[in-house]
Amino acid sequence: MSDFDGVPGVVEVVERHGESTIVVEPAALRDAARHLRDEQGFNFLSDITAVDYLAWGEAGVSGYIGTPAGHDINEPMTQGYQAVPLAKRQRFAVNYHLLSISDRPRRVRLQTWLADGQSVQSVIPVWPTADWHEREAFDLMGITFAEHPNLRRILLDDDWEGHPLRKDYPIGGEPVRFSGEE
Amino acid sequence: MTATAPRRAGAAIYEGTRIPSPTPTVLVTSPELAATGDILTVNFGPNHPSTHGVLRLVVDLYGEDVTGLAAVIGYLHTGFEKNMEYKTWWKAIPYAPRMDYVSFQNNEYVFVGAVEKLLDIDIPPKAVWMRTLLLELNRIHSHLVWIGTSALELGAISMFWYAFREREQILDLFELVAGYRMHTRYFQVGGLAEDVPRGFYPETRKFCDWMPKAIDDYETLLTRNQIWLERTEGIGLLSRDDAIALGQSGPVLRASGVDWDLRRAEPYLAYHQVDFRVPVFPTGDVYARYLVHMAEMRESVRIVEQCLDRLEHMEGEPWIADDRKVVLPPRHELHTSMESLIHHFKIVTEGFRVPEGEVYFPIESPRGELGCYVCSDGGPRPWRVKFRAPSFVALEATATCMQDALIADMIAIVGSLDTVMGEVDR
Repeated sequence: MSDFDGVPGVVEVVERHGESTIVVEPAALRDAARHLRDEQGFNFLSDITAVDYLAWGEAGVSGYIGTPAGHDINEPMTQGYQAVPLAKRQRFAVNYHLLSISDRPRRVRLQTWLADGQSVQSVIPVWPTADWHEREAFDLMGITFAEHPNLRRILLDDDWEGHPLRKDYPIGGEPVRFSGEE
Repeated sequence: MTATAPRRAGAAIYEGTRIPSPTPTVLVTSPELAATGDILTVNFGPNHPSTHGVLRLVVDLYGEDVTGLAAVIGYLHTGFEKNMEYKTWWKAIPYAPRMDYVSFQNNEYVFVGAVEKLLDIDIPPKAVWMRTLLLELNRIHSHLVWIGTSALELGAISMFWYAFREREQILDLFELVAGYRMHTRYFQVGGLAEDVPRGFYPETRKFCDWMPKAIDDYETLLTRNQIWLERTEGIGLLSRDDAIALGQSGPVLRASGVDWDLRRAEPYLAYHQVDFRVPVFPTGDVYARYLVHMAEMRESVRIVEQCLDRLEHMEGEPWIADDRKVVLPPRHELHTSMESLIHHFKIVTEGFRVPEGEVYFPIESPRGELGCYVCSDGGPRPWRVKFRAPSFVALEATATCMQDALIADMIAIVGSLDTVMGEVDR
């Protein structure tokens, strides 16, 4: 029972930390976006954030160490493990933070879940500001946006390999080429 | 290319939309002009003194007219967001102000505020008012840097010296509070890192008495200055609807006639308890953006004064929340209390835990809507941090603003969007 039941492709509406999140099917994303803009007055796209949930909840959540089973009195340094967070729907979440610039300001998060390699429709026809936000999500997280007219890297070099904000991106430093190697 | 007709207040800035299609951020030279063979493509930047850092604009010129434009960014990308994922929550705080190094305090607050929203922690009133005060001082600082550099680029060199004179006074105040002129790291999750030092209030009062006179000086130099008017009026137009569609915020949005300020629409800190005006100008050009900045500085001085009125009666009150799971214990307790020593050790080595969840926390930075998305898995380090940088979005409007512009106007237009490249590239 919420204002957002009529959103096309809606999966669920979550209320947490004082914020509303509308989860929609990736295929219905642009319809949902258009519905929210035209019917609900969300005329302003604040931000697009892609999140990689690879290995979510596997590493132990408290301290730098911990075991999935929790505190083990016979194993030192495992104290403080609290709870494993709930599993996520897919590896990637794409969050669209929407705002209604009006006399009744409201915010909502439009969220869709993608597997690796799955793409989602671009929302540039709905909010032109999505252009660079989508390019950034592509560049750093490797999310592809179908029908984006200019989906190229934006922050990194054109010939960069990989998408650094992914959780499986190696962060061990850059390989150094020595002059003797060829 | 057509010359821009003079416009009156109240009239529409222009009819319809000017956002290029299909790519909203790239202005493409028309095929007829390209066929003439007289198009010169110039790389403006990334190392040009008037690009506010390392912005590169690929400009197509037909004579002096700009016919095509694409902004290229990323030269200052340093991976702040990735770095923050590998730091504990409180060790990640110093990263935030280093992105927008001109409105550092606002950036620091937006991250701390987002973490506090997840933690659902209560902040003592003294910290709330002191934060409000510092954010407004920082807004004046940011606007001063803007007016100084933008005027400098258009040839008004004296403005730079005047603006930086007052900027020094503000930085001195920050130094008095935090021991650091910029990137103060004075905001701690739960409140402030230290109590307000003695002598800060009288010094800030002195500054508040002085600043309106300084703004009068700036206005005398610029507001009715014929050269300034000719360089800024009717340039870089952005209509109300286009500004919203392009996600513009802050002074750029208010200069396009949209009466919108997050400090009033979604109040945070003490903004619902202070009296201030939101300046809005309808003409959507560079001059209107200049007027918004000037008026905002005056309002910020008023807010600072109202904060001082409250803070002067809060001597001896706590400046940070009393939550030992999150906040470092007072230093003197470490010598006498085992509990405090343990808490201190745990917070410094392991970090505090933040409940699982995701929040988006927006504030009105000097440049517009600065948002921080924070996602936690319940552990001591962020799972994901993302900043909605107003400068990043402002640069998306260059292609729209630059239609029918001359190459000389480009400096004025890019300057008026008030971008800081550190924040654009993060």
